[in-house]
Order: sequence, then structure tokens, then C-alpha cells
Amino acid sequence: MEQQIITPKRTIIPFGPQHPVLPEPLHFDLVLEDEKIIDAIPTIGYIHRGLEMLVEKREFTEMVFVAERICGICSFIHGLGYCQAIEEIMNLEVPKRAQYLRVIWSELSRIHSHLLWLGLAADAFGFENLFNQSWRARETVLDVIEETTGGRVIFGSCKVGGVRKDIDKDTMTRILGVLAKLEKDVRSICNVFIKDNSVKHRLCGVGYLSTEDAKRLGAVGPMLRASGVSYDVRSTGYSIYDDLSFEIPTEKDGDCYARCAVRVAELYQSFSLIRQAAEKIPDGELSVKVTGMPNGETFQRLEQPRGEVIYYVKGNGTKFLSRFRARTPTFANIPAMIQVLKGSDLADVPNIVLTIDPCISCTER
Amino acid sequence: MKGSKTIIPIQKSELISRVQKYYDQEFRMAQICCVKEPAGKEPTQKLEMSYSFEKDHVFETLRFDVASGEEIPSITPVYNGAYLYENELHDLYGIPVKGINIDFKGTFYKVSIPTPFNPGCGNGCGDSKVNG
Repeated sequence: MEQQIITPKRTIIPFGPQHPVLPEPLHFDLVLEDEKIIDAIPTIGYIHRGLEMLVEKREFTEMVFVAERICGICSFIHGLGYCQAIEEIMNLEVPKRAQYLRVIWSELSRIHSHLLWLGLAADAFGFENLFNQSWRARETVLDVIEETTGGRVIFGSCKVGGVRKDIDKDTMTRILGVLAKLEKDVRSICNVFIKDNSVKHRLCGVGYLSTEDAKRLGAVGPMLRASGVSYDVRSTGYSIYDDLSFEIPTEKDGDCYARCAVRVAELYQSFSLIRQAAEKIPDGELSVKVTGMPNGETFQRLEQPRGEVIYYVKGNGTKFLSRFRARTPTFANIPAMIQVLKGSDLADVPNIVLTIDPCISCTER
Repeated sequence: MKGSKTIIPIQKSELISRVQKYYDQEFRMAQICCVKEPAGKEPTQKLEMSYSFEKDHVFETLRFDVASGEEIPSITPVYNGAYLYENELHDLYGIPVKGINIDFKGTFYKVSIPTPFNPGCGNGCGDSKVNG
């Protein structure tokens, strides 16, 4: 009897821009053969705001407020990157105390971002209790941020030449106590992420990205480090990171579980960095006076919770800049995500998309 | 702070060979950026291109100018992941990029006016793809 060869029928399934697993709009046309994805075609731009072009209308000292509003999760680091770029162009020496405060707020941002992600990831793989616990812990970090800066989402504490707010000794001591208690809670929550069988069942072996592909496709952040590449911009020692000791957490498996494990290790590390910074922070001024106008250009690289962010700033000697560009980590991770989606099961798409921790506000700056 | 940052002026014709050298030396592609000169809404004659590569905290940027609407070669045959940057250049600045491995043909960004970062670029780039 002649054997009949059946060619699988291809189906295109739209994923997003509105989807229960996506906090922000992102669209994929998923090309499937049976349940396997053979291609994913992304579309972005649903909320593109053209914020970069506002440099032509906002004075360079005001632009930090715009930079902070690129994203509600990495807001502080966006403002910091912009300020560092202007400070480098204008040769401003930022006081040490301000630099330590910047690192403390950066690491608080990282903790709240990673806790937010852990919650979203738990929600995506159907562990609602873990979602609740992660976000409950995140509230404590937001309270600390509110106490020290006055804002829960937009800090507004960074300015060109330094910082606007200080943390006095009593507040710092109290905050360290709050964070010590929080760290215990976070360790208990993260134990479930790392050890629970149902979590492993959903994440292990899913969404594999090889080391070679991660490098070739320009992946950054936990996406890159989970594939065994030890690259973290903080290791360049920007701000005062070279005064603090830390190791770059990496994993070798390159799957969703490895990306989760990297973020968990980074959470613990952020608590340690805040403790070290609080211990070493010197007394002194919070800012230097800014005189003149920026004239020149620079690239600044910082490590956001989602990975390396690159800012390009070009001044022309006037109060308005010629160009401000932010290459955000999510933008850099999209090619790697598409690579990972190919060959995956349709049911794993939400988990895979979430494990790059997509921030569409950043991408649609 | 560790590392270095360098901007290297090149000719457009040198781009692919220079990029290939970075690839061979295991640099990773960090970013591609375009600057309209001068800034503002007025049509421009000049766009400044910057291609950055990084390895062991050595950050090098290739820099060359192109005329508004002038075609540039794609670097995706060397760095596959560059297609997002190149589609962005096409959709926001109206730069035609020749040989992109994944070309969204103007549908990557949902723009409400053609080439919003380089209005009136004059080559019709994006005119038929406005889908705001």
C-alpha cells in the first residue's frame, strides 16, 4: 500500500497586542505547524511616544524628567543614564555621596523590578499564590522608595550634577532594618521559584537560548547571563560600583528556569549592594553647580534590571540637545526572543515572552 | 571606570568590511543610532550614522554620514540581530536599507506620519505604510 505523506498545515495565530500575559502591547504573528512555532513576526510601535525628540523642545536640565518617564519600572536608571551622559560631556565631578545614593536607588529599582517580574512570571505559569506573595513583597520596596524620594514610580531624585534628595542616618538605619526583613521574605518566596517541582516543570528546558545565539543576536541582561555569558555593565565600575564587591550571577542552561534563577540571584545581590553602599556612604554635598551648556557627544552604558541600556547624547552648545537616544534592553532582546520562540510549543509562548521581562514602554520610548 | 569609548570615522563603502572584522574579533553589536543634522522639523540633507560594537568593555563606534534618503547596506549578513535597528532606521528616518535578512517593509513601527524622525525625507519611504 502506498504511504501517504501528509504535509503539516501552517496556521498563523496572532499573539497580542492585548493578551492576559502581556502588561503592555506587543504583537506577534506566530506561524505554526500543528502546535510547534516555526516563525514569529513581531510588531511594535503601538505606544511609541517619540520621547527622544523632546530634547529639541526641553532644556537639557529638564530633560531628565522626560528620561525618567520613558518607563515606570526602570525610571530612576533612565534618569541616571541621561544625567551621567550630560555630566561626562560637561566634565562635572559628581560628589561621592550623591553617587552612593544613586546606587542605592538603582538597586532598589532592580529589586522592585525583579519582584514585579517574578509575580508576572508566576501568574503566567498559573501559580497565583506566588504572584500575590511576590507583589506583596514589592510593596515594601515601593514604600522605601516613597519614603526616600517622595515617589513610588517616578523618583525625581536624580538631577544633572548630583541628586535632589538625601537619606539621613536614622532613615538609612530604619530602611536597612526593613530591607533585612524583606530579604528574609524574598528568600522564602524565591525558594519556591527555585525548588518547587511545578515551577520547574513549567520552566526547565523551555525556551532554550544557546550561548552562541545569545552573543550572535545581541542579547543582554539576564537573558544573556542565563546562557552562560558573564556580562554586566556594573562590572565596568560606573558610578561607585567599583567600590562595592559583587559577582555576576550566570547560569548555563539558557532556558526559562535559568533566566528565573539569574534574576533571583540578582535580587539577593541587590540587597547586599545596598547594605555595602549604606555602610560606606560618606558625608558631603549632594550636587555640584552646573554652569554652561553641553557641547559634545557621548555614549553611556548602564545596567538596568532587564540588561544593558545605551544612551547617546549629543549637545551643540545651546540649552537644547541635538540628540538623545536610548537603546533599551528589551529592544536588544527581541531578536533572541524570536529565535527562542521558533521550535517552541504554542502553550509555552507566554512563559517564553515573559522570561525576557519585556518592557514595551522602554522599547517604545 | 574600566574600558574605553572610541568613535571611528569611516566611509560608507567600508562599513561591511569593518563590521566583519568586529565579528571576526568576537565583538558584539551594541547599537545602531542615527542623528539628523541639524535637529528640528526642517528637511535635512545629512544623517549621521553610528554603529557601536563592544568587547571586554572596549566600546567602538563606526561613524559615517549619508544623505537623507540614501541607501545603506545591511549588516545583517554579519550580525543577524541587527534587523530590528535597520527596520527602525527605515521606519523612523526613511533610510532604505539594502539586504536586510528580515525586512518588515515599513510595518515594524505603527507610525501616524511617514518617517517621523526625519519628516519630509523626500524618498517616499514609509508613505504607503502609515497605519497609525
